[in-house]
Amino acid sequence: MSAALEANGRTVALTIDGRDVAVPEGATLLMACRAAEIATPTLCFLETLAPVNTCRVCVVEVEGSRALVPACSRPAEPGMVVSTDSERVRHSRKMVLEFLASSVDMSLAGTEIHGWMETYGANPGRYGPVAESVAQPPKVQDDLYVRDYSKCILCYKCVQACGVEAQNTFAIAVAGRGFDARISTEFDVTLPDSACVYCGNCIGVCPTGALIFKTEFDMRRQGTWDESRQSVTRTVCAYCGVGCNLDLHVQDNRIVKVTSPLDHDVTSGHLCIKGRFGWQHVQAGLDDPAGPAPAPDTAPGSSSGSPPDRRPAS
Amino acid sequence: MAAAPGAAEREAVDAFLASLAEPAGEMPPPRHLLLPALHALVDAIGWVSEGGLNHVCERFGIPPAEAYGVASFYALLPTEPRAPVVIHACDDIVCRMAGAHRVAAVLEEVLGPAGGTDAVTWLPSPCVGACDRAPAAFVQRSNAENATVDSLAPGLPVERLLADLAGREGTDLALPLRSGSVRIPQVEDGAQGLRLLRRIGRVDPASLDDYQAAGGYDALRRAIDLGPAGVIREVTDSRLMGRGGAAFPAGRKWSAVASAPARPHFLICNADESEPGTFKDRALMEEDPFALIEAMTIAGFATGCEKSYLYVRGEYPVATARLDHAIRECRHQGLLGANVMGAGFDFDIEIRRGGGAYICGEETALFNSIEGFRGEPRNKPPFPTDRGLFGKPTVVNNVETLVNVLDIVLEGGPAFATLGTEGSTGTKLFCVSGSVTRPGLYEVTFGTTLRQLLDLAGGVTSGRRMKAVLLGGAAGTFVTPERLDLPLTFEATREAGAALGSGVVVVFDDTVDLADILLRIAAFFRHESCGQCVPCRVGTVRQEEALERLVAGGNEAALLEEIARGMGDASICGLGHTAGLAVRSALGLGLIGNGGPR
Ligand SMILES: Cc1cc2nc3c(=O)[nH]c(=O)nc-3n(C[C@H](O)[C@H](O)[C@H](O)COP(=O)(O)O)c2cc1C
Ligand code: SF4
Repeated sequence: MSAALEANGRTVALTIDGRDVAVPEGATLLMACRAAEIATPTLCFLETLAPVNTCRVCVVEVEGSRALVPACSRPAEPGMVVSTDSERVRHSRKMVLEFLASSVDMSLAGTEIHGWMETYGANPGRYGPVAESVAQPPKVQDDLYVRDYSKCILCYKCVQACGVEAQNTFAIAVAGRGFDARISTEFDVTLPDSACVYCGNCIGVCPTGALIFKTEFDMRRQGTWDESRQSVTRTVCAYCGVGCNLDLHVQDNRIVKVTSPLDHDVTSGHLCIKGRFGWQHVQAGLDDPAGPAPAPDTAPGSSSGSPPDRRPAS
Repeated sequence: MAAAPGAAEREAVDAFLASLAEPAGEMPPPRHLLLPALHALVDAIGWVSEGGLNHVCERFGIPPAEAYGVASFYALLPTEPRAPVVIHACDDIVCRMAGAHRVAAVLEEVLGPAGGTDAVTWLPSPCVGACDRAPAAFVQRSNAENATVDSLAPGLPVERLLADLAGREGTDLALPLRSGSVRIPQVEDGAQGLRLLRRIGRVDPASLDDYQAAGGYDALRRAIDLGPAGVIREVTDSRLMGRGGAAFPAGRKWSAVASAPARPHFLICNADESEPGTFKDRALMEEDPFALIEAMTIAGFATGCEKSYLYVRGEYPVATARLDHAIRECRHQGLLGANVMGAGFDFDIEIRRGGGAYICGEETALFNSIEGFRGEPRNKPPFPTDRGLFGKPTVVNNVETLVNVLDIVLEGGPAFATLGTEGSTGTKLFCVSGSVTRPGLYEVTFGTTLRQLLDLAGGVTSGRRMKAVLLGGAAGTFVTPERLDLPLTFEATREAGAALGSGVVVVFDDTVDLADILLRIAAFFRHESCGQCVPCRVGTVRQEEALERLVAGGNEAALLEEIARGMGDASICGLGHTAGLAVRSALGLGLIGNGGPR
C-alpha cells in the first residue's frame, strides 16, 4: 500500500510549526504531522488506500509554495518549512468543512469531523437555508446495501475499493462534472444490474455513512440502532482458508454488521461477500426484533461467491 | 441488463477502430483511444447510447461504469438522447452583451425548448471562441447531412433551416453557424510589421506549396543546422514566455524535457482554447496551420519527442479539418513521419478533439483526457516535464507560444528578445471584444498600453462611455478607465494585481449590466469545475449563490471574499485558484455591490 514506507534507514529533516521533525524518507507531511503529534484533520484519506487528496481538509502551508498543499499526499522534503496552524490553513480548513457540511448530510460522519468543525469555527448555516445540497432519496435496490448519496462527500474511496485498490470489480465510478459529479454505475443502472459482486468493501471505507449495510439502515430507521449496546467480537472467517479476520458487531445478541480491521495484514479491511454477509445462518432460528436480513444465497464451503439475492427492493 | 448495441452503434465504433493506422484487430485497443471512439459514436448517432457504450466497452475491455464516468464528463458527449444537430448558442460574457438572450428567444420560438430530441435543437453554451462575431454559435452535427426537420415543415433540409437562422433579418441574429473566420482588422488594413499574423490572408492555409513559397520550413531547416541544443539555446535566450496563461519560460520547460533521462518524451500542443473571450489560437490554426505544424516539429526535434498530440477544442471543427489536411500534406512531403526532411529524426502529430470541457486546457487534466480518463487535474508535483503524459517527460505549449518559435529560430533568440520589454519579449495576440468599434484579433509588441490597443480597435463603441475592461477572461480581473495607460506586459499587469492570461480584452460600456456579467462568470466556473476537490466543487456553487444575494441587495461582500480565499488557497488546480478572481476584483473596484440593489 502506498502508505507503507520502504525502510531504507534514511530520514528527512523538516520544520513543522517551528519544531524540528525527522521522518523516514518517503513519508508524507501527514505522517510527519502525526509523528509530531500535530492533530491534522482528514476526510478522504485512509491508510489502506492511495491518497486522492480531493477533500483538501488536510492542507498545510509550505514556505515557497503559492497555494496550500495537501499533507496526505505531499512527501516531506529536506528543509521544508511547514505551518499547520497559520491563518491561511485555518481559514481553508474552515471553508472546506463548511462547504461540505452545507451541502452534504454529515449526520453519520465520525464524531471527530464534528470536533474539527468546532476547532475551525465552521458555520455551515451561514450559507442560508437554500444553499444547494446533494440531498436525494436513498437508493435501496437490494437486501444487502443502501446507497444514500445525500451523505456522499465524494472522497473516491469506494471507487478505489471497488477498483484497482481492492476488488477489481469496477461497478462504480465518478460520473458527471462539478457539483453534479457523483458516484454512479453506468447510466445509473441499479446495483443488482451492475457488475457489483457485493463484497461490501465500499461500505467498509465510506467515512460518512453514505454506503451502509441494509441491516444498519433499517435499524436506524426503526430507531433500534444503538452502538452503546453493541459489542465487537473478533474471529476468523470460516468460509475459506485465507484467514480473514472478522469483527462481528453484535447488538442484543444478534450480529448487526461485519467489518474487518484495517490493520489486518491479510484483509487491510477488505472482505468478500461471504465473510461480509454470510452470517445469517449463525442466528437462524433466533427471534429477531430488528427484522432479519435474508441470507445471501451463498452456501458455506462453496468456492465461488455467487451473487446475493438480487431482487430489486420496491 | 446491459443493452445490446444496434447496427449503427456497432458500425460506428468498429469503423473507427478499423480506420486506425494500426487497426486493433482482435486485441483490445489501448485506453487512450477511448475518447476518440466515443466521439465516433456521437458523430454517428448523436449521443452515447447504452448499447453504444457497451459495445465500446466490449471492444476496449473497459468496465461500463468507468466509460460512463468518462463520457458524462464531457459536454459534447451526451449520455442522454439528443438531436443529431445541436446549435450551441453562446450566452457567455461577450455574447450576452451582444444580445444572446434575443438569439435564445428566436431559437426557442423556432426549435422549441433547449435540448430537444428532434432533428435539430439548441443549447445555451459557454464561450465558443467567436467573440469578434458575437452573438455566436457552434453547430455540432452528427451524421445528419441529409436530415430534414419535418416537425417544422415536411422535408425541410437541416441546412436550409440553419442558413435561414443565420441570415434572419431584423432579428440581430448574426449567428456564424459556419464558423466565420476570425476578424483581424490589422490584416484587413494591410498593416505592416505583423509577425505572428503576417501570413494570414496572404498564404492559402490549404496549400503547403504556398506556405513554402512564403518561407515556410526555412525555420525547421535552420533548426536542424542548429541541432537540438542550439535550438533550446535560442529559445532560452529569446526569453519566450508561455502564451497559454501561466507565462512560464518556454526555454526552461524545453531544456528540462530535453535532458530528462526517461523515454519516450512527449510534446503536446494545447489548442483547447476555452477561456471565455479567447479566439487567438483558432485564428492561427484556421489561417496558418502549417506554421503550427512546423513549430511543433521544431519543438519535438529540440526536446527529443517523436510523438506529439495536438489537442484541439471540440468546438473548433474548421481548425481541426484544416490541421488534419495540413498534417496529411506534410506527411506526404516527408515533413512529418520517419526521417523528417531526411535529417535523421522521426516526428509525427496526432490530433485529438476535446469533448467540451474547459478544464481539459489545464495541462494535467489534458493528460488524463488524452489517456482516456476523466479530465481531472493531477496534483503537482510531479511536474509535467518530469512525469506528464503516460507518466513520461512532457512539453506542453500553447499554440501561440509555439508559433513564436519560428521567428526565434530564424532570427535568433537575442534578436527576438529586443522586442518588447525585459520580462515580456516579442509580440502578443490580444482578443479584443465587447463594446469596441472594431472587435477582433490584434498583434502588438509587449509594452503597448491598453489605451493604445483599444485605439487600434477604434475605441469604445460610438456614443458610449467605457465602464471597465476585463483582462484575462473569466479567470481574469477588471481594469477601470483610469488605468488605461497600463503597459500590456506580464510584469506590469502582475504589479497592478491583474494578469494578461490568454490575451482577453473585453470592453464594457456604461450600458452593460456588470452584475449580470459577473453572475455569468460565476455560473461558468460552477459549470466547468471538474468536481474533484471540495473548495472548487462546492465553493463555485456558494460563490454563485452569494453573488446572487449580493446582486439582490444583500451584504455578501465579506463572505464572497472568504469563499474566494478558500478556493484560491486550497483547490487543486488553477481553475479553483482563479474562480474567485473576477468577482473579487469587481468588488474591490466597486463595480458591483455598492450596497442596495443596482
Ligand atoms: C483551467 C485552466 C484552463 C487552461 N486552458 C488552457 C488553454 O485552453 N490553452 C492553453 O494553452 N493553456 C491553458 N491553460 C494553461 C495550461 O495549463 C498550461 O499552462 C499551458 O498550456 C502551457 O503552455 P505555455 O507555457 O505555452 O503557455 C489552462 C490552465 C487552467 C488552470
Ligand atoms: S480546482 Fe476545480 S477544476 Fe481544479 S481539480 Fe479542483 S474541482 Fe477540479
